[in-house]
This record gives sequence, structure tokens and C-alpha cells, in this order.
Amino acid sequence: MSAITRDEVAHLARLSRLALDEDELDHLAAQLDVIISAVARVQQVAAEDIPPTSHALPITNVFRPDEVRPSLTPEQALSGAPAAEEQRFRVPRILGEEA
Amino acid sequence: MSGELTRKSAAELAELMAAGQVSAVEVTQAHLDRIAEVDGRIGAFLHVDAEVALAQARAVDSRRAAGEELGPLAGVPIAHKDVFTTVDMPTTAGSKILEGWRPPYDATVTARLRAAGLVILGKTNLDEFAMGSSTENSAYGPTRNPWDLERVPGGSSGGSSAAVASYQAPLATGTDTGGSIRQPAAVTGIVGTKPTYGGSSRYGLIAFASSLDTPGPFGRTVLDAALLHEAFSGHDPMDSTSIDRPVPPVVEAARRADVAGLRIGVVKELGGEGYQPGVLARFNEAVELLESLGAKVAEVSCPHFTYALPAYYLIAPSECSSNLARFDAMRYGLRVGDDGTRSAEEVMALTRAQGFGPEVKRRIMLGTYALSSGYYDAYYGKAQQVRTLIIRDFEAAFEQVDVLVSPTTPTTAFPLGDRVDDPMAMYLADLATIPSNLAGTPAISVPCGLADEDDLPVGLQVMAPVLADDRVYRVGAAVERALTDRWGGPLLSKAPAL
Repeated sequence: MSAITRDEVAHLARLSRLALDEDELDHLAAQLDVIISAVARVQQVAAEDIPPTSHALPITNVFRPDEVRPSLTPEQALSGAPAAEEQRFRVPRILGEEA
Repeated sequence: MSGELTRKSAAELAELMAAGQVSAVEVTQAHLDRIAEVDGRIGAFLHVDAEVALAQARAVDSRRAAGEELGPLAGVPIAHKDVFTTVDMPTTAGSKILEGWRPPYDATVTARLRAAGLVILGKTNLDEFAMGSSTENSAYGPTRNPWDLERVPGGSSGGSSAAVASYQAPLATGTDTGGSIRQPAAVTGIVGTKPTYGGSSRYGLIAFASSLDTPGPFGRTVLDAALLHEAFSGHDPMDSTSIDRPVPPVVEAARRADVAGLRIGVVKELGGEGYQPGVLARFNEAVELLESLGAKVAEVSCPHFTYALPAYYLIAPSECSSNLARFDAMRYGLRVGDDGTRSAEEVMALTRAQGFGPEVKRRIMLGTYALSSGYYDAYYGKAQQVRTLIIRDFEAAFEQVDVLVSPTTPTTAFPLGDRVDDPMAMYLADLATIPSNLAGTPAISVPCGLADEDDLPVGLQVMAPVLADDRVYRVGAAVERALTDRWGGPLLSKAPAL
């Protein structure tokens, strides 16, 4: 049995905001199946009661004083924007037609 | 003179410049000439800016002429991995999605290179977003290994390793998330270090896996790597995971180069099956050498290291799928298909499908899978528990020994194209380097000879506990000194002329 179905791969592509074509989905489905079967080996480790590690070093939240400091100008912040207008990022519509 | 300058180490160049025997402009020009001569065949650089580099060199020369106190690497040229932001050069991370992007700010590592008077020659090629072990995943074409132009220079920092190994720069920066400094260093016959996680700043480093990404140095000698390590490391308030502690005494350790009485553990799980015989032969000789230099060698078992690779290929893609969500076609980078009829979400999905290469897509999808409800506990959660067990293995080992050693990579440099469409085979290149990333511990790769099968470089990996970075330099420098004596010169002198 395969670890992941092609339908699941298509769903993952939607969740990942990747508009993949059919060929790419076929190719990725086969590769992800191999990779997921291989990495599933972690499930063989006896790890009940073992706490998870999200970060290798013990650190706590780091705060800094709430002071005004120099930051990017609007021109700098917008310098890489695909489209800008009136000192704002100009984006495609974000709501559906019916909205 | 020009050709001779490119053969010198960073420490030697710094000394010549400090003594007034050569200027930073002459040193920089010599390396620009070398780049013009050989990089058409190597492909180490994505961007070289002679004018910017020479202007930096002139500034160092005039500061020196004015009697200013300069840092130990002032005027030394460096190749900078194109994953660190630079205000005066494009920054692409090897991706089409960032083609032509000019960042509005410098990474902390970049700023510290500038403050130290290092001359940035240009930006080096890498696997897209540092995801890969061969530099073939770059959207801008592969980089070739100076030892054999039909083979990979390692990855993801393959442009940096190839630049240093082909004398285009004495130093380079890299980033190491699963081995991306140590593995390319090993397969090109140079030195590369992954510092303790948090010892070098991630501010302005384009993120791949934030709990693993670690900037580090490349050099042709252990001392050069230590000098660069010291130049850009240390606490950075702009990185909340940066460690607020002094940089370990790495330069002093590299000069000391003494292992008498040091306890060295050979990791049982990092060797044997899956490792090339010629790699194991050179590794075993290096261990014998360390013993002859007065180190106490013992075998140490780290039983969970065999699960490091699968745990890493769940954790790193999970973090990547989250980090790369920022490439949304809205604020910077590529935007595709914005024809006035499509929604923001459609434009986003089209842009990401065209802007990302196959490996980046694979990892985003894998990470999205591992983090999705219903699979989270079985995959991401389990991998995080394995990470704890690997940290415990290190802790137990470091109660018995001062450092651990292994081959850096299972094989020597593999042929271009060999593993491009076989992700699992590619991932195996990081088998021995990943445990140190998961544990946040420092590690170095130093050359230990050529494999008999193919006459290609083999690396020795030395691993130490958190914030004991100096130990890896101490051991690395001792091995380097003894082997250089034995060979009658550095390993790189055996590389074919370009």
C-alpha cells in the first residue's frame, strides 16, 4: 500500500498554494510516497514519555526595551514590491466576486 | 605576484598587508583576475562586482594609510553565500522567485564582514533556499567541483566550497542546516565549520529551517576558518535565538593544535554499511594519527543517530513549509499571472509553482503533510521526540569523551546528475552531519586524504558539545599539521590544475 495517494498530494498542493500541473502531481506523488515511507522509520523508536524538542538549546523568550529605533523608510520597504501605489503594496483582489 | 597571492592563506595575506608589502587593492585584483580566468568552468559565483569589491579594498588601504587600527582580516577577499542579504548586491537564495531582488538591509553576518574590513568579491551559488547536497538545485545552474569538473562540489554551499578550493577566494561564508558547510568542505578538500547553533546570527539569512540554520566559515586552513568564525560570530540582539555569551576561543585553539590527553570518541553508528571503503580507510588512518599524537581514543555508541536522517527530513521540511509561506507574490519577489481577473490566492499559487524549483516544492509538500492534522503526532511529533533522544546520546557521549569523530560524508563527490531525481539518495549525503544540527552542537570538517577508488578528497568530522567550538578547531588543526607534514603540503596541492 502506498503511504500517500495522488488525491492527498493534490490536496497538499492546494494547502501549499502551489498550482501544480498534472505531470508534476504524478511525479511528486511517486517521490513523496518513497520519502514518507523512508522517514516513517521515526515511528519505530520507543519514545513514549520522551518530551519533544522544538529547539536544541534551552531558551526563553527574549525581550527588548520598547524604544523607537530607526527602521526602513516606506521607499525602502516598497523597493522590492511587484506593484505599489500610494505608499502601499498593490495586490490582486483578495475577496470573491460575490463579496 | 598576482598568481602567488591567490595561493596564500587569509592569515598570510593579512600579514603581508599589515606589513605594507602588498595592498588590499592588489590582493582583491589578483582574486578578481582568478575569477575571470577560471569561474567560467567552475560556476561558483552568481554575482561578482569588481567595482564594489575594489572600492571596499581602497577603503581598507586608506584606513590603513591613515594609521587606523584594523581587524585581523582587514583587506582579505571573501566569497559570500547568496543566502545572506546584501544592500549592494542582488540576493537570490538560488531561486527564480527572488531573481534580481535587492534587499533593503544587510544581514548581521554581512555587516560584520564589512566592519572587519573583509572585501566581498561577490555572491556564491547554492541549492535553492539551501535545500540540497549538490548545488544542482540552484535555479541558475550547477557549480562544478574543482577536483573533477564532472562532479558536484557538495551543497548547499557548493559555490562557496568551489570558490575556496579553486583559489578564487581564500575565505567564504556558508550556512549549515543539515551539513551544508561540512559536506561541501569535505568533498572539495577544504575546511568548513558549523558553529554552535545561536553562536552566529541568523538575522538577514534567508530562512530555511529556523531551529537548525547556522552560518559558518570556509577556509583552506583551520586557522583561516577560525579567524573568519571569530570575525562574524557573537551575540546579536536582532536574532532572538542568538546566544548572549562570548565567542569560544577558536583562534587560540587553532594555533594551539594540540590533542595530548584529549579523549576522542569514534561514533560506532557513523561508519560501516553505506560508507565508501576509501572514505573509511582515510578516516581510520586519521583516528590512528590522533592516537599517535597523544589523544585517547575509544569507541562510543550513539544509538539514536541512525534515526537522525528520517527525523531531520521531517523537521526541516516542516519548518521550511512554514518559512517559505512568506513568498506570497505580494511584497517582494516574483509575481505571475496578475492580469486583473485572478484573485490574490490564484496569483500566489501560480507564482509559487513557477518560482520554486522541484526540490523546494517537494519539501514544502512534505512539511505540509508532516504538520497536517491526523499526521502531526505520527510524523512531526515523533521526529521531535527523536531529536530529544539524539541530544541525550550526545550528552551521554560527552560524559565519556571530549570530542566525537566520524567521516564527514559517506562517499566522495558524486557525478553531476547522479542523484538529482532520486531524493532519498541525495539525502544520504547528510547522514553523518545531521546529528550535530539536531542537537545544536558545533562540528568541523577537515581534509584527511584522498580515497583510493577515485583520488577524491575525504573529510574528517570532529564534533564537540554546545559552546565548545574551540575543541573542534584544536583537533582539526592538530590533524591538519600532522597530515600536511606527512604529505609535504596541503591536500589541495594534489588537485589537478584548472
